[in-house]
Amino acid sequence: MSKLSLITKGFVKDNPTFSLVLGMCPTLATTTSAMNGLEMGLATMFVLILSNIVISLVAPVVPDKVRIPVYIVIIATFVTVLQLLMQAYVPAVYETLGLFIPLIVVNCIVLGRAEAFANKNSVVDSALDGLGIGIGFTMSLTVIGIVREILGSGSVFGWKFIAGDGILAFVMAPGAFLVLGYLMVLFNKFLAKK
Amino acid sequence: MDKLIVSPSPHIHARTSTSVIMRDVIIALAPAILVSVLFYGWSELLVLGVSVASCVFVEWAITKWLLRRPSTIGDLSAVVTGLLLAMNLPATTPWWVVFIGALVAIGVAKMTFGGLGQNVFNPAITGRVFLLISFPTYMTDWTMPSGFVRSVDAVSGSTPLSALKEALMSGSTISDFVAGYDGGWRALLTDIGGSAGEISAIALLVGFGYLLLRKVVKIWIPLSIFATIALISLIFNSVDPEAYTGVLFNLKTGGVILGACFMATDYVTSPMSRTGGIIYGIGIGFIVMMIRYFGSYPEGMSFAILIMNCVVPLLNKWFHQKKYGRN
Repeated sequence: MSKLSLITKGFVKDNPTFSLVLGMCPTLATTTSAMNGLEMGLATMFVLILSNIVISLVAPVVPDKVRIPVYIVIIATFVTVLQLLMQAYVPAVYETLGLFIPLIVVNCIVLGRAEAFANKNSVVDSALDGLGIGIGFTMSLTVIGIVREILGSGSVFGWKFIAGDGILAFVMAPGAFLVLGYLMVLFNKFLAKK
Repeated sequence: MDKLIVSPSPHIHARTSTSVIMRDVIIALAPAILVSVLFYGWSELLVLGVSVASCVFVEWAITKWLLRRPSTIGDLSAVVTGLLLAMNLPATTPWWVVFIGALVAIGVAKMTFGGLGQNVFNPAITGRVFLLISFPTYMTDWTMPSGFVRSVDAVSGSTPLSALKEALMSGSTISDFVAGYDGGWRALLTDIGGSAGEISAIALLVGFGYLLLRKVVKIWIPLSIFATIALISLIFNSVDPEAYTGVLFNLKTGGVILGACFMATDYVTSPMSRTGGIIYGIGIGFIVMMIRYFGSYPEGMSFAILIMNCVVPLLNKWFHQKKYGRN
């Protein structure tokens, strides 16, 4: 597999949201606006790349029976690093995403890539895989965020184009499920290979 | 030999079809629609027209351009959904809000699941609930009845249920509230603002009687809803009449009659067997009363029906009708 396709496979073929259907909790909860979706995607990508690198390094020496706890500890370490970094440098973003930053620890995408890819591939490949999947996740979350923000608040990335409120349901949980479902339909119809 | 027609049984056909049943439902809704138009005037006519037209249009457009199937608007079910949706909205709802409601009712709740017969949730209620959480300002702007038969122009106010909820939330007792309400109990039970279809209980019950006579619906679902509501409010009201409203108030106000007779009895989204139907009705009655007594919304009929709709496939599995000749 070429280095480039390691990255690009995360966009469509192994898209974590629309193709693998992983990490649904942050996908549904944090995509109330385009900006929130983008930030959540980038935060997850940060953890994904670093944990993939470290896990691919330690995988040969970790006994099989305890690998999951070890991976979780590694992932949790990077989540803590991320949490402290965000709290220090982007406190506003840290406030908006709130609980969902520590919850990256239990995001299935991160553990999924550790199990499915990082523990049996080289460091460089694992880093690229983390980058590709991370970009795929960020793109999906941003698209969901854009759609929900347009319909729910009448704005894009905070730029308001209608006065007043939009269709409030799209900012709430039902809207998240509806938008995710219909985008998945479009994704499977036009992008996914049969 | 040309005259000989070979066809598989059945040879005698009862002439019932979806469109005949739907036509009966439309006839049954007619008295209530007439009363609501009389009371709410032109604005109600507009809501009804927009709702029916957009439901039919959305279904036609989806079958033509998205599904590329023969159109199903001939079965009149979209018309019924449109009428029910309009009856669940305040008469002052702007036309574009009604259109979004129709889009959700037909597009999301019905056609996404595969059309009539495959929808899990009642389309009209899904549309209403979507609008309720999306446009709370329009959806709770209850203008008091004033149409072709009243002299006043328009009185905007809250429904008895929401006024009572506010009073109870702010700590007053029911007797204080009734004493402060202009006209007392009598007015609370007769002078009802609210969704267009909630205006006349008698008109709704007349229509429901017609459906029963035509054997379009069975009585056990509405009956078990009414019985559960009556029982729960009887118990709570006799324990503490200052905090919990009584039987008559709970049966008469809000969407109970409209919901129980016309929405909960929808063929597709209600259980097929009698036992299933009774459990479904008890569930609806229970959830309505819990929302009214302990929830933050003043009324919960539409939420109750939607929640129980989820349970229907399970009820159908547990309580299926015995097949003839098998034990």
